[in-house]
Amino acid sequence: MQVLKDLLRDTRFRFGFIVFLVLAGLSVLSFFSPYNPYLWNQVPRDLPPQWPHILGTNSMGQDIFWKLTFAVRNSLIMSLIAGLVSRVIAMIVGMIAGYKGGTADRILMFLSDSFLVIPLFIIIVLIATMVKARLSLPMLGLLLGVFGWAWDARVIRSQVLSLRERDFTYTALLSGSKALAIVFKEYLPFLIPLIFATLIGNMSWAIGMEITLAILGVSNLDIPTLGTMLQWSINYQALLLGYWWWVLTPVITSIFLFIALYLISVSISEYLDPRMRIQRIGQA
Amino acid sequence: MNFVRRYLLPRLVTYFLVIWVGITMIFFIPRFLPTDPVQQFINRLVAQGTYMDPKAIEEMTETLKELYGLKGSLWEQYINFWKRFLKGDFGPSYYQFPTPVIKLIKQSLPWTAWLLLVTTVLSWIIGNILGGLAGYFSNRRWVKILDAIAMVIRPMPYYILALGLLILLAYIIPIFPIGGGFAIGMQFTFSWENLLILLKHAFLPALSLILIGVFIWFQAMKLVVQSVKSEDYVKYAKMGGIEEKRIVRRYVIRNAMLPQITGLALSLGQIFGGALITEIVFSYPGIGTLLYNAIFTGDYNLLMGVSTLSILLITTSILLIDLLYPLFDPRVRYR
Repeated sequence: MQVLKDLLRDTRFRFGFIVFLVLAGLSVLSFFSPYNPYLWNQVPRDLPPQWPHILGTNSMGQDIFWKLTFAVRNSLIMSLIAGLVSRVIAMIVGMIAGYKGGTADRILMFLSDSFLVIPLFIIIVLIATMVKARLSLPMLGLLLGVFGWAWDARVIRSQVLSLRERDFTYTALLSGSKALAIVFKEYLPFLIPLIFATLIGNMSWAIGMEITLAILGVSNLDIPTLGTMLQWSINYQALLLGYWWWVLTPVITSIFLFIALYLISVSISEYLDPRMRIQRIGQA
Repeated sequence: MNFVRRYLLPRLVTYFLVIWVGITMIFFIPRFLPTDPVQQFINRLVAQGTYMDPKAIEEMTETLKELYGLKGSLWEQYINFWKRFLKGDFGPSYYQFPTPVIKLIKQSLPWTAWLLLVTTVLSWIIGNILGGLAGYFSNRRWVKILDAIAMVIRPMPYYILALGLLILLAYIIPIFPIGGGFAIGMQFTFSWENLLILLKHAFLPALSLILIGVFIWFQAMKLVVQSVKSEDYVKYAKMGGIEEKRIVRRYVIRNAMLPQITGLALSLGQIFGGALITEIVFSYPGIGTLLYNAIFTGDYNLLMGVSTLSILLITTSILLIDLLYPLFDPRVRYR
């Protein structure tokens, strides 16, 4: 809690956090939606924003506000899955590579280098095309998670490398702790903030990727997400027909979401940087 | 000699290993796609109203499989693929049969290469200069304004930025053409007038790429410069009375450039991934559009060709930068 209090002192974090809370609140609202987002023609079509349709309706006869609540919920859940999966992989790879060193390190770093170098985007698009219609939301999250860990594994590894040289490692080793116990009991607390900061960056990447895949038309377009909302509106030529509320709703929401996530992650990583932290403590 | 054995050789081994892993992945993934190019071709013929008896279809399937290099087990295909690849032959495109893949790539490569090379290098230079100055003079007013703009533009997905620019500068204020690489139906012959048309078509895609690129470099460079600025040797130089301009140029920016050079190599490699979205949004005739069509028609050979090219480009540019690094950083001279 103290950490949150310290972070909230930063204007950027406060802004990002509030926007994020509002969006999270929106996604909770989806559980109370009067409309089913998968059904068409439930409300009059193409209405501009007016009561009771505060963000208007689209050409498929759906209420945009309530559809947005589902879209935000799904996008957030998907990105959370992607983020968590890739965090787990990055943690395991980074910790083993950093702690074991030697051959294990070389092999694992070669693997992560390959992932950095291969045109991942092309491969993700390929796989998404392959399983297009059957690609459920958790599966998409899993797919993005499997491909999004390489860089963060490197970051975690370098952190473990520096932890390994600290005195407490030797103390623990000499007093008979097992390697596994050292890594999980002693190192993990140091790594958790770092993992959290990279998690947010990764979530933002996953949401962006989902939007891109939806625009290319290679994700499952029936599931409401920020990307598919945009894709449907562009597909129906909403811009040319002047239905600006349909296009702008997902665009503006995602811009806010990206800025919020970005500010949160910048603020956290600045907070983690010891030099900055000393300055902050000095002020308090 | 020691340099070759200790550094160059392991580096080259990794280089080839990475290429092998990448190409192998790209070989196997499309082969699990549900789209069967042979069946598609026959369906197209049948749809055109040609009558064929089952036996003829079977024979044709065999012939086509042989032509497309889909004969035999996966393993045999894989071996054959490498044999042809080493000769620089990717086989014919399925979709635009019988044009060789290499020819299609050659047609679209100049469009992408020019657009992306120019924008990547330009945004790198602009971003680093701005970022370097902003990091050093971090309390000035213009720095704060740039910072605020960067906060908004940086996290935006590229697609949304590109779409926004297109709406603004092609629909609402129609200064630039909506899409295409050149006036429709014209052959390019060199003249100043034609060059102007070419530039006009490339302007919007270039602008969108530069906008995003500049701010990415800007932020990275600013961070590095801020940390270099507080190094002891900078303080010492200041105390020694060296003029500020010289400190910024020779002491701070020069040292901060190093990670940025690595970044340039990585981003040069990502060119093709970036090209995909740019070229689709602005309907620009390049590798990205080619790739997009290849994905949707299940054109393995074309896919393989483009992705292989991309892998080769990335790995080679990283290798080159790694080997050239000692030129920029005397601390890592290999001995």
